[in-house]
Amino acid sequence: MYKILKKEEIGNRVYSIEVYAPEIARNAKPGQFIIFRIDDKGERVPLTVAGTDIEKGSVRIIFQVVGKSTTQLSLLNEGDFIEDFVGPLGHPTKIKNYGVVVAVAGGVGTAEVLPVIKELKKAGNRIILIIGARSKDLIILENELKETSDELLFATNDGTCGIKGFVTDVLKVVVAKEKVDVVYAIGPVLMMKAVSDLTKGKNIETIVSLNPIMLDGTGMCGACRVNIDGKTKFACVDGPEFDAHSVAWEELSLRLGLYKNLEKISLDNFSFNRECKCHKR
Amino acid sequence: MSQKIKMTQRDSQIRKKDFKEVNRGYSKTEMLLEAKRCLQCKVPMCVKGCPVEIYIPVFIECLLEDKPKDALKILNQKTSLPAVCGRVCPQENQCEKNCILGMKGESVSIGNLERYAADATANSEDENIYVEKNGIKIAIIGSGPAGLTCGGDLLKQGYNVTVFESLHDTGGVLRYGIPEFRLPKKVLDVEINKLKKLGMKLVLNTLIGRTKTIQDLFDEGFKAVFVAVGAGLPTFPNIPGENLNNIYCSNEFLVRVNLMRSYDFPNYDTPVYRGNNVVIVGGGNTAMDSARTALRLGAESVKLVYRRSENEMPARLEERIHAKEEGIEFATLTNPVKFIGDKNGFVKAVECVKMELGDPDESGRRTPKIVENSNYIIETDMVILALGLNPNPILPSLTDNLEVDSKGHILVDKNYMTSVPGVFAGGDIVVGDTVISAMGMGKQAAKSIMRYLTNN
Repeated sequence: MYKILKKEEIGNRVYSIEVYAPEIARNAKPGQFIIFRIDDKGERVPLTVAGTDIEKGSVRIIFQVVGKSTTQLSLLNEGDFIEDFVGPLGHPTKIKNYGVVVAVAGGVGTAEVLPVIKELKKAGNRIILIIGARSKDLIILENELKETSDELLFATNDGTCGIKGFVTDVLKVVVAKEKVDVVYAIGPVLMMKAVSDLTKGKNIETIVSLNPIMLDGTGMCGACRVNIDGKTKFACVDGPEFDAHSVAWEELSLRLGLYKNLEKISLDNFSFNRECKCHKR
Repeated sequence: MSQKIKMTQRDSQIRKKDFKEVNRGYSKTEMLLEAKRCLQCKVPMCVKGCPVEIYIPVFIECLLEDKPKDALKILNQKTSLPAVCGRVCPQENQCEKNCILGMKGESVSIGNLERYAADATANSEDENIYVEKNGIKIAIIGSGPAGLTCGGDLLKQGYNVTVFESLHDTGGVLRYGIPEFRLPKKVLDVEINKLKKLGMKLVLNTLIGRTKTIQDLFDEGFKAVFVAVGAGLPTFPNIPGENLNNIYCSNEFLVRVNLMRSYDFPNYDTPVYRGNNVVIVGGGNTAMDSARTALRLGAESVKLVYRRSENEMPARLEERIHAKEEGIEFATLTNPVKFIGDKNGFVKAVECVKMELGDPDESGRRTPKIVENSNYIIETDMVILALGLNPNPILPSLTDNLEVDSKGHILVDKNYMTSVPGVFAGGDIVVGDTVISAMGMGKQAAKSIMRYLTNN
């Protein structure tokens, strides 16, 4: 059992929690993930580590409420326990001085990119951070983003923050303006693919952190297999980070849709059972 | 010559719709009749066929006197998991193969008798086994058959044993791999609880290499480490379309159903696709388990595709018979060359070729060759690939100086010690085979660990 030390709602249906797991806190590095299981009927859900505090022995994860497990996790409070919490899993990000790094993040990827760019900045890189969101009020962790980047740029669908458009529109301007050594992208598959398509034409090394459906997370089951340069690789043991230009994006997005219908049944079932039925007949 | 008492099974048409155990186990009368068949050889050949050298005639003699508790004691001298071994060991290739009765007629059903001894005593109160503790800490990595056996033996010699497991539950392949209808989880729980009562500490959710390293374990005061992390990475056929949706590797399919209980979705959260026309690729026990599990999830037809003939199938005869009784269709001398998907990326057909057998390879099995222009299509909505496993690279790649072979198996000397002093290894991470061979290695490693600790 793993205790929740701290819980905050940091955005619209986006939560940050700190979980007591001292061994993971001590050994987790940027780019790695954990798997949690909410209770003895729960599924195994992978989430990127968004930070650690070795002294407190805590691991921070940030998640958006989408399905049954994240809904259930959002209902737990400080002092409550999560049944299972294992990690750190996957290879850490390769940290070195590349020169100029452009980090592109969207959705909860915004939280997940933080520990990565913190380390990259420490290693001497200049960090240009591009954040994408639908609207200004959906942008999370703005202060932390400012602190960890040298330049912070936004793209929103409605133009309420930064430019009106997509992260790739901003990226285009950045790469036209200065020499970029590496692009690091984390977020929705469509966003990562768009970034990859853009940088491929310009020959800029691009790293993406993939989030395929996962089960054990230790290499055993092959659920998280991704096609990298025509070869089957496992995101949990070979990744989660890969060279963006080698990823078969179409296949990855199709595979992510595998359980859409069943996931909906699971969530509906959970919501129905939670409703108060005392006035219903 | 007397014929062996066959174990009764649940009707194939009923059992194929649920997950309850197929074999019923002997009644007391059946057990006594079968135990009586044992000739009590002075030089028992059966013992030589057992990887853990159980004193087979002695436990059978106890049963003949209707003393299952005594029989269990004899079994426990050599195995910590008799209820498991009695069910899943390939006895026909081991102890029973050597039985003298088998020369002219049918061998004694040693496995069925072992199962009886374990099941008859499952609910009895344990006698207090007092072992004087020596205070020496040993870490076991992996709670599958090799790890539990090695840990159990060391525990009985007074060592302080901690088993680290990366998953959220114990038992390794015995829990996530072997289905309920062959090995009920409560049978496994009984065995593991006995080890817990003896003082085995089980630490879950700990992936050694990542959560902490082998060096961390030595720093925490463990004096020896036994690595039994099992076979990890599934093998894929490397043919077009293998990543289409609803193409599962057998490990994923079985983990979802067995460990995560997706047969009870949405009561349990983990989903699994329930195919109607399922194609299984492979001929081992895992292929049989996958086929029969798919059937129990409601498949209308399950077809097993295997590139050699049935004679070469690695699966146990009993499993093959059970599978066929339940209606699994065997398409032998057939191999997939391509998977075909629909516009949404879901598999809709498998293109196969016919095969013929050529000359024997180094393992003695005849090598299959493709019959030219024999391609044909099998329509399907779900494929399960049971093509074997490669060693999991996580622990070896994160442990300094731990040597592996070209395929990634950990290299050990004759005492099961690895290239790192004090670190031993066994089970499928060393050489992939069966549950009982993993247990055999766990046992030998336990002896070596004790010798190593006494000498150092």
